[in-house]
Amino acid sequence: MYAFDIERPTTLAEAVKHMAASEENQALGGGQTLIPTLKQRLASPEKLISLTGIDEIRGICEDDAGRICIGAATTHAEVAAGATAYPALAALAGNIGDPAVRNRGTIGGSLANNDPSACYPAAALGSGATIVTDKREIPADDYFEGMFATALEEGEIITEVKFPVPQKAAYMKFEQPASRFALVGVFVAKYADGVRVAVTGASEEGVFRWSEAEAALASDFSAGAVEGLSLSGDGMISDLHGSGDYRAHLVGVMTKRAVAAAG
Amino acid sequence: MPQVKMTVNGKPASGEVEGRTLLVEFLRENLGLTGTHVGCDTSQCGACVVHVDGKAVKSCTMFAAEAEGAEVLTIEGVAAPDGTMDAVQQAFQEHHGLQCGFCTPGMVMSARALLAENPTPSEAEIRDYLEGNICRCTGYHNIVKAIMAASGQDVSTIAAE
Repeated sequence: MYAFDIERPTTLAEAVKHMAASEENQALGGGQTLIPTLKQRLASPEKLISLTGIDEIRGICEDDAGRICIGAATTHAEVAAGATAYPALAALAGNIGDPAVRNRGTIGGSLANNDPSACYPAAALGSGATIVTDKREIPADDYFEGMFATALEEGEIITEVKFPVPQKAAYMKFEQPASRFALVGVFVAKYADGVRVAVTGASEEGVFRWSEAEAALASDFSAGAVEGLSLSGDGMISDLHGSGDYRAHLVGVMTKRAVAAAG
Repeated sequence: MPQVKMTVNGKPASGEVEGRTLLVEFLRENLGLTGTHVGCDTSQCGACVVHVDGKAVKSCTMFAAEAEGAEVLTIEGVAAPDGTMDAVQQAFQEHHGLQCGFCTPGMVMSARALLAENPTPSEAEIRDYLEGNICRCTGYHNIVKAIMAASGQDVSTIAAE
Protein backbone atom coordinates (compact mmCIF):
# COMPACT_ATOMS: atom_id res chain seq x y z
CA MET A 1 0.00 0.00 0.00
CA TYR A 2 1.10 3.55 -0.61
CA ALA A 3 1.25 5.60 2.57
CA PHE A 4 -1.81 7.58 3.66
CA ASP A 5 -3.23 9.10 6.81
CA ILE A 6 -6.38 7.88 8.43
CA GLU A 7 -9.03 9.84 10.33
CA ARG A 8 -11.70 8.30 12.50
CA PRO A 9 -14.44 10.91 13.03
CA THR A 10 -17.28 10.18 15.42
CA THR A 11 -19.81 12.57 13.87
CA LEU A 12 -21.07 12.95 10.33
CA ALA A 13 -20.30 16.69 10.37
CA GLU A 14 -16.63 15.95 11.09
CA ALA A 15 -16.51 13.34 8.33
CA VAL A 16 -18.01 15.77 5.82
CA LYS A 17 -15.41 18.35 6.79
CA HIS A 18 -12.57 15.87 6.30
CA MET A 19 -13.94 14.81 2.92
CA ALA A 20 -14.23 18.42 1.78
CA ALA A 21 -10.65 19.19 2.80
CA SER A 22 -9.09 17.52 -0.25
CA GLU A 23 -10.22 15.74 -3.39
CA GLU A 24 -7.58 13.14 -2.60
CA ASN A 25 -9.41 12.11 0.58
CA GLN A 26 -11.50 8.99 0.38
CA ALA A 27 -14.26 7.55 2.56
CA LEU A 28 -13.58 4.15 4.17
CA GLY A 29 -16.55 1.97 5.02
CA GLY A 30 -15.82 -1.55 6.27
CA GLY A 31 -12.86 -1.73 3.90
CA GLN A 32 -13.59 -5.24 2.62
CA THR A 33 -13.10 -4.07 -0.95
CA LEU A 34 -11.12 -0.88 -0.46
CA ILE A 35 -8.34 -2.42 1.64
CA PRO A 36 -7.59 -5.16 -0.94
CA THR A 37 -7.69 -2.44 -3.60
CA LEU A 38 -5.17 -0.36 -1.66
CA LYS A 39 -2.94 -3.41 -1.25
CA GLN A 40 -2.87 -3.77 -5.02
CA ARG A 41 -1.94 -0.10 -5.28
CA LEU A 42 -5.00 0.54 -7.42
CA ALA A 43 -5.88 3.51 -5.23
CA SER A 44 -3.68 6.09 -3.55
CA PRO A 45 -5.73 8.40 -1.33
CA GLU A 46 -4.04 11.11 0.69
CA LYS A 47 -6.23 10.37 3.63
CA LEU A 48 -8.89 7.79 4.45
CA ILE A 49 -11.91 8.96 6.39
CA SER A 50 -13.21 5.96 8.32
CA LEU A 51 -16.98 6.09 8.69
CA THR A 52 -17.49 3.09 10.95
CA GLY A 53 -17.05 5.06 14.17
CA ILE A 54 -20.01 7.33 13.43
CA ASP A 55 -22.94 6.05 15.48
CA GLU A 56 -25.48 8.37 13.84
CA ILE A 57 -25.14 6.54 10.49
CA ARG A 58 -25.42 3.07 11.99
CA GLY A 59 -28.46 0.97 12.78
CA ILE A 60 -31.81 -0.11 11.36
CA CYS A 61 -35.19 1.55 11.84
CA GLU A 62 -38.53 2.03 10.16
CA ASP A 63 -39.80 5.40 8.94
CA ASP A 64 -43.40 6.74 8.91
CA ALA A 65 -43.89 5.43 5.36
CA GLY A 66 -43.06 1.90 6.56
CA ARG A 67 -39.70 1.88 4.81
CA ILE A 68 -36.75 0.04 6.35
CA CYS A 69 -34.00 2.61 6.87
CA ILE A 70 -30.48 1.31 7.21
CA GLY A 71 -27.59 3.50 8.30
CA ALA A 72 -24.72 3.44 5.81
CA ALA A 73 -22.20 2.14 8.35
CA THR A 74 -24.39 -0.83 9.29
CA THR A 75 -22.58 -4.11 8.66
CA HIS A 76 -23.93 -6.95 6.55
CA ALA A 77 -24.13 -9.11 9.69
CA GLU A 78 -26.25 -6.44 11.41
CA VAL A 79 -28.60 -6.23 8.43
CA ALA A 80 -28.82 -10.04 8.26
CA ALA A 81 -29.84 -10.17 11.91
CA GLY A 82 -31.82 -6.93 12.15
CA ALA A 83 -33.75 -6.35 8.92
CA THR A 84 -36.48 -8.73 10.05
CA ALA A 85 -39.22 -6.65 8.43
CA TYR A 86 -37.64 -7.30 5.01
CA PRO A 87 -36.60 -10.98 5.01
CA ALA A 88 -35.31 -11.04 1.41
CA LEU A 89 -32.95 -8.16 2.21
CA ALA A 90 -31.79 -9.81 5.44
CA ALA A 91 -31.15 -13.06 3.56
CA LEU A 92 -29.15 -11.25 0.87
CA ALA A 93 -26.99 -9.53 3.50
CA GLY A 94 -26.46 -12.84 5.30
CA ASN A 95 -25.00 -14.44 2.20
CA ILE A 96 -22.45 -11.79 1.21
CA GLY A 97 -18.83 -12.98 1.43
CA ASP A 98 -18.22 -14.97 4.60
CA PRO A 99 -19.00 -14.35 8.29
CA ALA A 100 -15.84 -12.34 9.01
CA VAL A 101 -16.39 -10.17 5.93
CA ARG A 102 -20.00 -9.60 6.99
CA ASN A 103 -18.81 -8.37 10.39
CA ARG A 104 -16.88 -5.53 8.72
CA GLY A 105 -18.44 -4.78 5.32
CA THR A 106 -21.12 -2.09 5.26
CA ILE A 107 -24.12 -1.35 3.07
CA GLY A 108 -22.91 2.19 2.37
CA GLY A 109 -19.50 0.94 1.33
CA SER A 110 -20.98 -1.63 -1.02
CA LEU A 111 -23.30 0.88 -2.70
CA ALA A 112 -20.62 3.57 -2.97
CA ASN A 113 -18.27 1.08 -4.63
CA ASN A 114 -20.97 -0.37 -6.94
CA ASP A 115 -19.01 -3.46 -7.89
CA PRO A 116 -20.72 -4.96 -10.96
CA SER A 117 -20.99 -8.31 -9.13
CA ALA A 118 -21.96 -7.09 -5.65
CA CYS A 119 -25.27 -8.11 -4.06
CA TYR A 120 -26.51 -4.88 -2.46
CA PRO A 121 -26.88 -2.92 -5.72
CA ALA A 122 -29.43 -5.55 -6.83
CA ALA A 123 -31.39 -5.11 -3.59
CA ALA A 124 -31.36 -1.31 -3.81
CA LEU A 125 -32.35 -1.20 -7.47
CA GLY A 126 -34.78 -4.10 -7.14
CA SER A 127 -36.53 -2.40 -4.23
CA GLY A 128 -36.57 1.09 -5.71
CA ALA A 129 -34.65 2.18 -2.62
CA THR A 130 -33.60 5.74 -1.87
CA ILE A 131 -29.94 6.45 -1.26
CA VAL A 132 -29.59 9.26 1.25
CA THR A 133 -26.34 11.24 1.36
CA ASP A 134 -25.08 14.15 3.44
CA LYS A 135 -26.40 16.42 0.66
CA ARG A 136 -29.54 14.86 -0.88
CA GLU A 137 -31.74 11.84 -1.55
CA ILE A 138 -31.10 9.85 -4.73
CA PRO A 139 -33.62 7.31 -6.11
CA ALA A 140 -31.90 4.01 -6.94
CA ASP A 141 -33.02 4.37 -10.57
CA ASP A 142 -30.82 7.48 -10.85
CA TYR A 143 -28.01 6.28 -8.64
CA PHE A 144 -26.27 3.43 -10.48
CA GLU A 145 -24.30 4.72 -13.47
CA GLY A 146 -22.36 1.69 -14.64
CA MET A 147 -19.47 -0.44 -13.45
CA PHE A 148 -18.03 1.15 -10.27
CA ALA A 149 -19.82 4.39 -11.23
CA THR A 150 -22.53 6.13 -9.22
CA ALA A 151 -24.29 9.48 -8.99
CA LEU A 152 -22.19 10.35 -5.92
CA GLU A 153 -20.23 13.55 -6.27
CA GLU A 154 -16.70 14.13 -5.04
CA GLY A 155 -16.70 14.01 -1.25
CA GLU A 156 -20.37 13.01 -0.96
CA ILE A 157 -21.08 10.47 1.79
CA ILE A 158 -23.93 7.95 1.86
CA THR A 159 -25.63 8.19 5.24
CA GLU A 160 -28.66 5.93 4.90
CA VAL A 161 -30.58 3.68 2.52
CA LYS A 162 -34.37 3.54 2.63
CA PHE A 163 -36.08 0.39 1.33
CA PRO A 164 -39.82 0.22 0.64
CA VAL A 165 -40.91 -3.22 1.81
CA PRO A 166 -42.46 -5.33 -0.98
CA GLN A 167 -45.33 -7.80 -0.72
CA LYS A 168 -43.03 -10.58 -1.89
CA ALA A 169 -39.35 -10.68 -2.74
CA ALA A 170 -36.36 -12.96 -3.09
CA TYR A 171 -32.74 -12.78 -4.18
CA MET A 172 -31.05 -15.66 -5.92
CA LYS A 173 -27.31 -15.66 -6.34
CA PHE A 174 -25.34 -18.01 -8.54
CA GLU A 175 -22.17 -17.75 -6.55
CA GLN A 176 -18.67 -17.58 -7.94
CA PRO A 177 -17.28 -20.00 -5.36
CA ALA A 178 -13.83 -18.48 -4.92
CA SER A 179 -14.81 -14.84 -4.49
CA ARG A 180 -18.36 -15.52 -3.26
CA PHE A 181 -19.49 -12.58 -5.40
CA ALA A 182 -22.44 -13.14 -7.72
CA LEU A 183 -21.59 -14.71 -11.04
CA VAL A 184 -25.18 -13.66 -11.63
CA GLY A 185 -27.62 -12.52 -8.98
CA VAL A 186 -31.28 -11.57 -9.48
CA PHE A 187 -33.44 -9.65 -7.02
CA VAL A 188 -37.18 -9.84 -7.65
CA ALA A 189 -39.65 -7.74 -5.67
CA LYS A 190 -43.42 -7.50 -6.06
CA TYR A 191 -45.03 -4.23 -4.98
CA ALA A 192 -48.66 -3.13 -5.14
CA ASP A 193 -47.84 -1.01 -8.19
CA GLY A 194 -45.63 -3.46 -10.09
CA VAL A 195 -42.71 -5.84 -10.09
CA ARG A 196 -39.02 -4.94 -10.13
CA VAL A 197 -36.29 -7.27 -11.34
CA ALA A 198 -32.69 -6.19 -10.78
CA VAL A 199 -29.72 -8.14 -12.09
CA THR A 200 -26.15 -8.00 -10.80
CA GLY A 201 -23.00 -9.78 -11.94
CA ALA A 202 -24.06 -10.00 -15.55
CA SER A 203 -23.80 -6.73 -17.43
CA GLU A 204 -20.70 -4.75 -18.30
CA GLU A 205 -22.81 -1.74 -17.35
CA GLY A 206 -23.25 -3.02 -13.79
CA VAL A 207 -26.59 -3.65 -12.09
CA PHE A 208 -29.63 -3.22 -14.36
CA ARG A 209 -33.40 -3.74 -14.40
CA TRP A 210 -34.76 -6.44 -16.69
CA SER A 211 -37.84 -4.57 -17.86
CA GLU A 212 -39.16 -7.36 -20.09
CA ALA A 213 -39.34 -9.73 -17.12
CA GLU A 214 -40.87 -7.00 -14.96
CA ALA A 215 -43.71 -6.54 -17.46
CA ALA A 216 -44.34 -10.29 -17.73
CA LEU A 217 -44.32 -10.75 -13.95
CA ALA A 218 -46.60 -7.76 -13.35
CA SER A 219 -49.49 -9.59 -15.02
CA ASP A 220 -48.53 -13.10 -13.86
CA PHE A 221 -46.18 -13.41 -10.89
CA SER A 222 -45.02 -16.95 -11.54
CA ALA A 223 -41.81 -18.57 -12.72
CA GLY A 224 -43.65 -19.67 -15.84
CA ALA A 225 -44.26 -16.05 -16.86
CA VAL A 226 -40.53 -15.63 -17.47
CA GLU A 227 -40.34 -18.82 -19.57
CA GLY A 228 -39.44 -17.94 -23.14
CA LEU A 229 -37.92 -14.57 -22.27
CA SER A 230 -34.24 -14.24 -22.97
CA LEU A 231 -31.48 -11.68 -22.89
CA SER A 232 -28.70 -11.26 -25.40
CA GLY A 233 -25.15 -12.12 -24.39
CA ASP A 234 -23.94 -8.89 -26.02
CA GLY A 235 -22.72 -6.46 -23.40
CA MET A 236 -22.61 -9.17 -20.74
CA ILE A 237 -19.42 -9.74 -18.76
CA SER A 238 -17.32 -12.45 -20.37
CA ASP A 239 -14.40 -13.86 -18.39
CA LEU A 240 -12.80 -17.13 -17.34
CA HIS A 241 -15.74 -17.85 -15.05
CA GLY A 242 -18.35 -17.67 -17.78
CA SER A 243 -19.09 -16.27 -21.22
CA GLY A 244 -21.56 -13.46 -21.89
CA ASP A 245 -24.03 -15.96 -23.35
CA TYR A 246 -23.73 -18.14 -20.25
CA ARG A 247 -24.41 -15.20 -17.97
CA ALA A 248 -27.37 -14.12 -20.10
CA HIS A 249 -28.78 -17.62 -19.76
CA LEU A 250 -28.21 -17.57 -15.99
CA VAL A 251 -30.20 -14.35 -15.66
CA GLY A 252 -33.29 -16.21 -16.89
CA VAL A 253 -32.64 -19.19 -14.64
CA MET A 254 -31.99 -17.10 -11.53
CA THR A 255 -35.03 -14.90 -12.20
CA LYS A 256 -37.25 -17.98 -12.30
CA ARG A 257 -35.71 -19.29 -9.10
CA ALA A 258 -36.15 -15.92 -7.39
CA VAL A 259 -39.82 -15.74 -8.39
CA ALA A 260 -40.38 -19.29 -7.16
CA ALA A 261 -38.61 -18.52 -3.86
CA ALA A 262 -40.65 -15.33 -3.39
CA GLY A 263 -43.75 -17.54 -3.56
CA MET B 1 2.81 8.71 13.47
CA PRO B 2 -0.50 8.36 15.29
CA GLN B 3 -0.81 6.39 18.49
CA VAL B 4 -3.30 3.58 18.74
CA LYS B 5 -4.61 2.08 21.98
CA MET B 6 -6.66 -1.05 22.40
CA THR B 7 -7.13 -3.98 24.73
CA VAL B 8 -5.57 -7.20 23.45
CA ASN B 9 -6.31 -10.45 25.28
CA GLY B 10 -7.43 -8.47 28.29
CA LYS B 11 -4.30 -6.32 28.54
CA PRO B 12 -3.86 -2.72 27.44
CA ALA B 13 -1.79 -2.41 24.25
CA SER B 14 -0.62 0.68 22.46
CA GLY B 15 1.86 1.70 19.84
CA GLU B 16 2.68 4.00 16.97
CA VAL B 17 1.19 3.00 13.67
CA GLU B 18 0.98 4.35 10.14
CA GLY B 19 -2.44 4.91 8.58
CA ARG B 20 -1.82 1.85 6.42
CA THR B 21 -0.74 -0.44 9.28
CA LEU B 22 -3.05 -3.44 9.27
CA LEU B 23 -4.39 -4.81 12.53
CA VAL B 24 -2.55 -8.09 11.87
CA GLU B 25 0.74 -6.21 11.42
CA PHE B 26 0.20 -4.38 14.68
CA LEU B 27 -0.53 -7.65 16.48
CA ARG B 28 2.39 -9.54 15.00
CA GLU B 29 5.06 -6.88 14.65
CA ASN B 30 4.34 -4.37 17.41
CA LEU B 31 3.01 -6.79 20.02
CA GLY B 32 4.88 -9.94 18.96
CA LEU B 33 1.64 -11.95 18.92
CA THR B 34 2.59 -14.15 15.98
CA GLY B 35 -0.09 -16.77 16.59
CA THR B 36 -2.33 -14.84 14.20
CA HIS B 37 -1.17 -15.85 10.73
CA VAL B 38 -1.13 -14.10 7.39
CA GLY B 39 -1.96 -16.64 4.73
CA CYS B 40 -3.24 -14.96 1.62
CA ASP B 41 -3.29 -11.28 2.61
CA THR B 42 -6.31 -10.90 0.28
CA SER B 43 -9.22 -11.56 2.71
CA GLN B 44 -9.79 -15.05 1.33
CA CYS B 45 -8.14 -17.58 3.64
CA GLY B 46 -9.12 -16.64 7.19
CA ALA B 47 -5.80 -17.57 8.85
CA CYS B 48 -5.76 -14.04 10.33
CA VAL B 49 -9.20 -14.17 11.99
CA VAL B 50 -9.31 -12.49 15.41
CA HIS B 51 -12.22 -11.15 17.43
CA VAL B 52 -12.77 -7.40 17.62
CA ASP B 53 -15.38 -6.44 20.20
CA GLY B 54 -16.58 -10.03 20.12
CA LYS B 55 -16.93 -10.29 16.34
CA ALA B 56 -14.74 -12.47 14.10
CA VAL B 57 -12.91 -10.30 11.58
CA LYS B 58 -10.06 -10.75 9.15
CA SER B 59 -7.25 -8.78 10.74
CA CYS B 60 -5.48 -8.46 7.38
CA THR B 61 -8.46 -6.45 6.13
CA MET B 62 -8.80 -3.91 8.91
CA PHE B 63 -6.47 -1.08 9.85
CA ALA B 64 -4.93 -0.96 13.31
CA ALA B 65 -6.28 2.58 13.67
CA GLU B 66 -9.81 1.24 13.22
CA ALA B 67 -9.37 -0.92 16.32
CA GLU B 68 -8.77 2.14 18.51
CA GLY B 69 -10.45 1.51 21.85
CA ALA B 70 -11.55 -2.01 20.85
CA GLU B 71 -11.32 -5.29 22.75
CA VAL B 72 -9.26 -7.65 20.61
CA LEU B 73 -8.96 -11.37 21.24
CA THR B 74 -6.29 -13.39 19.44
CA ILE B 75 -5.43 -17.08 19.57
CA GLU B 76 -2.93 -16.31 22.36
CA GLY B 77 -5.81 -15.19 24.57
CA VAL B 78 -7.91 -18.32 24.16
CA ALA B 79 -6.21 -20.80 26.50
CA ALA B 80 -6.30 -20.28 30.27
CA PRO B 81 -3.30 -18.43 31.75
CA ASP B 82 -1.86 -21.76 32.97
CA GLY B 83 -1.92 -23.10 29.41
CA THR B 84 -5.02 -25.24 29.70
CA MET B 85 -6.59 -25.27 26.29
CA ASP B 86 -10.19 -24.20 25.79
CA ALA B 87 -12.83 -26.64 24.54
CA VAL B 88 -12.30 -25.82 20.86
CA GLN B 89 -8.51 -26.12 21.04
CA GLN B 90 -8.81 -29.36 23.01
CA ALA B 91 -11.23 -30.79 20.45
CA PHE B 92 -8.92 -29.85 17.55
CA GLN B 93 -6.18 -31.81 19.30
CA GLU B 94 -8.32 -34.82 20.14
CA HIS B 95 -9.97 -35.11 16.75
CA HIS B 96 -6.90 -34.29 14.68
CA GLY B 97 -8.44 -31.06 13.36
CA LEU B 98 -5.13 -29.88 11.99
CA GLN B 99 -2.17 -31.11 10.05
CA CYS B 100 0.34 -28.36 9.26
CA GLY B 101 -1.47 -26.03 11.64
CA PHE B 102 -1.13 -22.85 9.61
CA CYS B 103 -4.87 -22.22 9.32
CA THR B 104 -5.60 -23.39 12.86
CA PRO B 105 -5.54 -20.03 14.70
CA GLY B 106 -8.14 -18.66 12.30
CA MET B 107 -10.16 -21.88 12.40
CA VAL B 108 -10.27 -21.82 16.20
CA MET B 109 -11.26 -18.15 16.30
CA SER B 110 -13.99 -18.67 13.70
CA ALA B 111 -15.23 -21.78 15.50
CA ARG B 112 -15.46 -19.86 18.76
CA ALA B 113 -17.42 -17.10 17.04
CA LEU B 114 -19.79 -19.68 15.57
CA LEU B 115 -20.35 -21.41 18.91
CA ALA B 116 -21.02 -18.08 20.60
CA GLU B 117 -23.82 -17.46 18.06
CA ASN B 118 -25.02 -21.02 17.70
CA PRO B 119 -24.02 -23.35 20.58
CA THR B 120 -24.97 -26.61 18.83
CA PRO B 121 -24.48 -26.15 15.10
CA SER B 122 -25.22 -28.87 12.58
CA GLU B 123 -22.51 -30.15 10.28
CA ALA B 124 -23.95 -28.06 7.43
CA GLU B 125 -24.01 -24.93 9.59
CA ILE B 126 -20.36 -25.46 10.56
CA ARG B 127 -19.29 -25.93 6.95
CA ASP B 128 -21.25 -22.84 5.93
CA TYR B 129 -19.74 -20.73 8.71
CA LEU B 130 -16.20 -21.79 7.77
CA GLU B 131 -16.52 -20.74 4.14
CA GLY B 132 -14.06 -17.93 4.75
CA ASN B 133 -11.45 -20.20 6.36
CA ILE B 134 -9.34 -22.24 4.00
CA CYS B 135 -7.41 -25.37 5.02
CA ARG B 136 -5.23 -27.05 2.43
CA CYS B 137 -4.39 -30.15 4.49
CA THR B 138 -7.30 -31.71 6.28
CA GLY B 139 -10.15 -31.72 3.80
CA TYR B 140 -12.14 -30.09 6.64
CA HIS B 141 -13.67 -33.35 7.87
CA ASN B 142 -11.85 -33.44 11.19
CA ILE B 143 -12.18 -29.70 11.70
CA VAL B 144 -15.95 -30.01 11.42
CA LYS B 145 -15.88 -33.04 13.70
CA ALA B 146 -13.77 -31.18 16.28
CA ILE B 147 -16.17 -28.25 16.33
CA MET B 148 -19.14 -30.58 16.76
CA ALA B 149 -17.32 -32.28 19.62
CA ALA B 150 -16.42 -28.92 21.20
CA SER B 151 -20.10 -28.03 21.16
CA GLY B 152 -20.84 -31.16 23.21
CA GLN B 153 -22.41 -33.14 20.39
CA ASP B 154 -21.80 -36.86 19.97
CA VAL B 155 -19.27 -37.48 17.21
CA SER B 156 -18.67 -41.16 17.91
CA THR B 157 -20.63 -42.17 14.82
CA ILE B 158 -18.68 -39.87 12.50
CA ALA B 159 -15.92 -41.86 10.82
CA ALA B 160 -12.33 -40.81 11.36
CA GLU B 161 -10.79 -39.80 8.05
